[in-house]
Order: sequence, then structure tokens, then C-alpha cells
Amino acid sequence: MQVTEDLVRQVILDVLGAMGGDAKPANGVKPADAAPLNFRELGTAKTGTDRNEVVVGVPPAFGVAMTSTIIGIPHSDVLKEVFAGIEEEGLKPRLVRVVRSADVGAIAHDAAVLSGSGIGIGILCRGTSVIHQRDLQILQNLELFPQSPLVDRSVFRAIGRNAARYAKGEQPDPVPTRNDPMARPRYQGLAALLHNKETQHVKLGAPAVELAL
Amino acid sequence: MAKRQKRFEVLAERPINKDGFIKEWVDVGLVAMESPNDPKPSIKIENGIVVELDGKRRDDFDMIDFSIADYCIDKRVAEEAMAIDSLKFARMLVDINVPRKELVRLSVGMTPAKLVAVLRELNVVELMMAMQKMRSRKPPMNQAHVTNVKDCAPLLAADAAEAGYRGFAEIETTVGIARYAPMNALALLVGGQVGRPGTLSQCAVEEAAELNMGMRGFTAYAETVSVYGTEQVFIDGDDTPWSKFFLASAYASRGLKMRYTSGTGSEVLMGYAERKSMLYLEIRCIMVTKGAGVQGLQNGSISCIGVPGAVPAGIRAVLAENLATVLLDLEVASGNDQTFTHSIERNTARMLMQFLPGTDFIFSGYAAEPNYDNMFAGSTHDVDDYDDYLVLQRDLQVDGGLKPVTEEGVIAVRNKAARALQAVFEELGLPTITDDEVERATYAHGSKDMGDRNVNEDLRAIDDFMKRGSTGLDVVRALAKRGFPDVAASVLEMQKAKVAGDYLQTSAVFDENFNVISAINHPNDYEGPGTGYRLSGERWEMLKNIPRAIDASQI
Repeated sequence: MQVTEDLVRQVILDVLGAMGGDAKPANGVKPADAAPLNFRELGTAKTGTDRNEVVVGVPPAFGVAMTSTIIGIPHSDVLKEVFAGIEEEGLKPRLVRVVRSADVGAIAHDAAVLSGSGIGIGILCRGTSVIHQRDLQILQNLELFPQSPLVDRSVFRAIGRNAARYAKGEQPDPVPTRNDPMARPRYQGLAALLHNKETQHVKLGAPAVELAL
Repeated sequence: MAKRQKRFEVLAERPINKDGFIKEWVDVGLVAMESPNDPKPSIKIENGIVVELDGKRRDDFDMIDFSIADYCIDKRVAEEAMAIDSLKFARMLVDINVPRKELVRLSVGMTPAKLVAVLRELNVVELMMAMQKMRSRKPPMNQAHVTNVKDCAPLLAADAAEAGYRGFAEIETTVGIARYAPMNALALLVGGQVGRPGTLSQCAVEEAAELNMGMRGFTAYAETVSVYGTEQVFIDGDDTPWSKFFLASAYASRGLKMRYTSGTGSEVLMGYAERKSMLYLEIRCIMVTKGAGVQGLQNGSISCIGVPGAVPAGIRAVLAENLATVLLDLEVASGNDQTFTHSIERNTARMLMQFLPGTDFIFSGYAAEPNYDNMFAGSTHDVDDYDDYLVLQRDLQVDGGLKPVTEEGVIAVRNKAARALQAVFEELGLPTITDDEVERATYAHGSKDMGDRNVNEDLRAIDDFMKRGSTGLDVVRALAKRGFPDVAASVLEMQKAKVAGDYLQTSAVFDENFNVISAINHPNDYEGPGTGYRLSGERWEMLKNIPRAIDASQI
């Protein structure tokens, strides 16, 4: 059976509907609907030469097929916060869509490799994020934010700020680690569901695309 | 609804209703044990080569099929094993008259689909009966997580000491900030040996860094070497079965114990389950592990437990994957290491599946810190559950691997561990651990009771420490010089163990005299009532005597 985007969308709606019944779900877990982003695609992303840039990498579904994080932050706000964090440090953000993978490590590392400063940020649709550096291994990182329900607006801003500081050659204090032992029972089944939606859009081997808002 | 029924309002507020539940979604593999897309069991062998595996021709094999066909399946017994009716083999698993040895002789010749077909025949009680018989090592044991959200070294050392003292055979740390890894490893090495000589310690981080720490002697084993059941997930993990084989060989070459990690739900969580059931894919992982020649596996869904936990029969599947591991004659560290529910009832029920039959490590990470400090994102049980756990052992006369302790004893080992690490830091040029930190770590409940260390100063010192080429022997020297000769001797003993390599055997741990206890010299010999591991004698006397029990002679 061919899994189409419409089918995936329908099943997600069915499952979420079943979780909630007529009432609001008791656990309050439901990704919010937000307006899609108007990305302009500027062709294949090239490796930057500007040492003052930080590249932000997002997966193919980001802002398009999916529009908010697992705790309902619209993707437009995610980018607004991250970009503001980078700009506060006097650096320039650049946005790319990593098409070949929905793995946060791979996306962040691809972004870092494309970045003139060698620093990149990867952000999954549900909010999981990584700050990466081009000469590290894919599964290493400068900072990792693995629990998507804990990545709120202030964390996105701090991610942008710290990435910019690494790009300037500074050693910033890492964004304080957060931990919620109950994030998994509440969200992981849903995260699996969302990630399956996300990976439907991946095109293995395809190059990254330069985006403008 | 305009008007809520009051009972439903109450139920809606119960912890269980904070958990996430998902209906089966077969087409992406969000299904526990049985997908219509799972293949049917089959094998064809020509000239000693597997040419068909579970309905797939060799020309169509992916890299996981190749590694299973060529390295795991015992081709000498495969045709015999595959010819046995799955239901008949399932019945043999719970038949006390069929010994473990005979079952393992055959089960290593089965294909992934065949093992799934056998396991599907067993309900949870039968799965537990089979686990009791099939577990590799005779005495069951336990592993703890030792972490905190501040990566605070003196607290890690104190927690490691308490964990060893309470009876955990193995302790595992990880990091909040990746570059802290060597310091966390040091804290567990020293603290673990203070708590109980012979405690094995590890630090789960990125694989190259983890191997480096093992080779330097800061850790004694490794576990977080992940394998996956589909090719694309392997690739997303930046790996192949062969790169994992190579890593396993690297550990073996340095005399370091290691096991792989896998678990139901990882493939679907990473978005590439190929529409197969979680259990089928997990059995492929177990067989890759067996094929690598690795002695054991941590499974039981592990960090993906929220996924099988969200679908029907998911917790049964988790026990089934533990059983599949011992069916392949491997050590099993059987999960129970990650929060998966808000409900205490559900949490205990899930744990009993491994606690009652006993496994090599019932928990592959009981939180030896409060769960807010557990950097594996929370375990099923933490320090606040110690007394509940001890009473469960006592109520049911089951050995869960922990022993009752006194407050004085715990204070003493915590304090000694923090002081020993303080001395090591000073000798090795690492940032000072103050007397105040030693005092706080001794009496702490968790990192909220500790001050903040200077993170950047710690990280710079760690980088420098690693650049200098420091090893476990530097730790031995520091401890010996600073008045901790017993701890120095234990840390040295741990280094010598890697030269001897005896603890690379299946399910191996050390006792407090550094004798190896493994499936080789303590094989599980359960064959029904009156056989196998029985909680009795001195050990039962120890476990039944919880400090709070009233003694008639004292009244």
C-alpha cells in the first residue's frame, strides 16, 4: 500500500481525534495548527564564505507539511527566535532545507558544513535541536536539545545566541540543560507518529536547498 | 460535553491519563508484535550459504540480512530448528523437562521470523517462565544509572559509591554537556570502587569518545553501542553492521567488556520501520549482535519505551525481546531504565516482568539519583523507591539485586568517595573539589543540594587532562599517594582485569574480591522447582532484614 501524504495526514487526524474524543485530550497533547511559511526556494545551497554567518538547517516538512513544534510553537516563531538570537550577537542567519535526512544530527552537521563560520543549527519540526560544528562527527555536537517538549521560545533564542558565539570563536556557557523524566510517557508515542510524517518528505541523496522567507 | 460525569472527571485527572496512547498504525510499523507485513519464516541453505531468509532471496538481502545469514544463524542446526513447529517450540520453552542447553542448541539456528512466530505463542506468564529458565547467568543482578543534571563530579562519586554499596553490579553514567564525559567517568571509577570493590562502571557518550575512555582505563565496560533493525535507520545512525562489528572488536582487543543496545520502537521512532512490527525488527538487532560475537545486549525498548508503551501489547513485546536475547544465548540487560508512565501501578507492573523471573540485569539503569537528575531522561525507579523495592524483594522472596543498608553506612561510603575524588582531582590538576562540596555530596538528596561548579573551568581542565594522555594508572597513583590505598588497589585491579580478559565472558561481573561471576562458571541450571537460583541461606537472611522490621527480642 502506497503511503501518501494525505493518508498520513488523515491517520494523524484520526489518531489524535481518537485520543481526544469530543473533549479536549486529558493530557493536552495536540500539535497546534499554524499558518504555513512562505519560503522562497533559491536553488541548491552552496557552502558560504562569510565567517559571520550561522546556517540554520530544517527538514523538508518544516513550515510546510508541519507548521508547529510538539508543544505548539509555530515554526515562524521558532525561526524568529533563533534568528533574533544570532542577530543579537551581530551575526547573520542563513536558512537551508536539508532534504536528504530528517535526522537532527545530520541536518545540523549539513548546516555546519554549508556555513561560512563552520557553525550550524539543526531544528526538527517537533523542536528537537542541535548546535553543530563542521569538523565534528555527525553524532557529536556542541550542544544538543533532545527533549522537544522542553524546547520553548527562550531556548530557541538561546540556541541562536550561543551558535553565534561559537561562530565568533567564543566559548559560551552552554544553554542550561533541561530534563523532564515525564516527557517520554506523555510525548514519545506522538513523537514517533510525527517523525513518521516528517520522514515521508525526505529524498535520500538530494542536495540542500537555500531558502528565503 | 456540556456536563461531565463526575467519575470521568476524576479519572481524567489520574496519572494514567497523562500517558500518551496511540492506536496501532500498521503501515508505518506502529505495532508491537504482529504486522501483516512481517515475513513468514523460511530458510534455504546451499553449500553452507544461506540463499533464502524469511522469504527473501540472497540477491535481495540488505546489509542486516547479510550479517544475520552469514554470521548469526548456526547453519549446522538451522534446518532442524526451522522444521520444528513454532507452537511446539514455544511449549518446550515452558516445559521444565526440556533443559536450557537443548533449547539454545536449536534457537540459534532460527531466523528472525521464526523467533517471532515462537514468541507470539507465549503470554506474559509463559514468557516469564521461559526467562527464568533461559537467562544466561544463574544469579540475577542489577545495573544503576549515576548521573546529575549539573554533571557535578563529587555528587557523582558519592552516588556511585552508594550504588555499589547497595549492591548494583554495574553503574552507568552519561552527561548533560558532552565534554564533561571524562570527568564523569573518573567520578564513577573512583566512587564505584569505594562503594564496593569490583563494581563495573561505564560512561555512555558518543562512540569514539567512549572507546577512548575505555582504552585509557577510566571505564570498565561499554553498552551504548546501538544497532538497528532496518538499513535506513542504521545509515541515519551513521553506521553499518560492519562498523559496529569493528567497534566491538576494538573493545575486545583492549579487554573491555561490552554489549550492544537496541530496543523495540527505535526504527519506527526514527521513521523507517519498513512497515514491520517492532518485535520483528528488534529480533534482527539481537541477531546482528549475536553475529558480531558480542557477549550481550541491553534491550527492552530502552529510550524508545514510550513507543511500545503507547500501543497494545507493547509491554508484552518488551518482555518477548528480552527473552529473544537469552534465546540467542546472550547476556541481557533488560531495560526498566526509562520513564514510560505517570502511573505508579503501570510502572510496577512493567518492572515485575523482569523482576519476577530475574534477568542478568533486571534494570539496565535504576536511577541511583532522584529522577530529576537522571540524564537518561528518567528511569522507572529512583532513589526514592529504594525502600519499596527492598520490600518487594522481601514480600515475594525474590532477589532483585539490591540489599538493605544503614544510613550510617551510606554516609560513610558517600563521604569517602567524595574525599577520594577530591584527592584525585588535586593530584591530577583538575579544578578543586572544596570541603564544602564534599560535605554537601555526602548528605545530598540530589544536585539541588549542590552548588554550581565553574563549568568552563571544568571543561578546559578536562580537555587539558585528556591532551596530557592521562590514564587509569594516574588515578591509581593519586589515590595511593593521598592515603586511599584500598581504593587505589581496586582501581588497579580493574585495570588488570582488562589484561586477563576473563570478564569478557557472557554475563560477567565481579564480586568484591574480583572473582568473575559469569554464565561460564555460574550457568543458569533452572529445570523446575528445587533447581536453579533460589533466594535462600545467607543472602535471604540479608535481604529479609530490612532495618525497619520490628525484632521481637528487642521489645
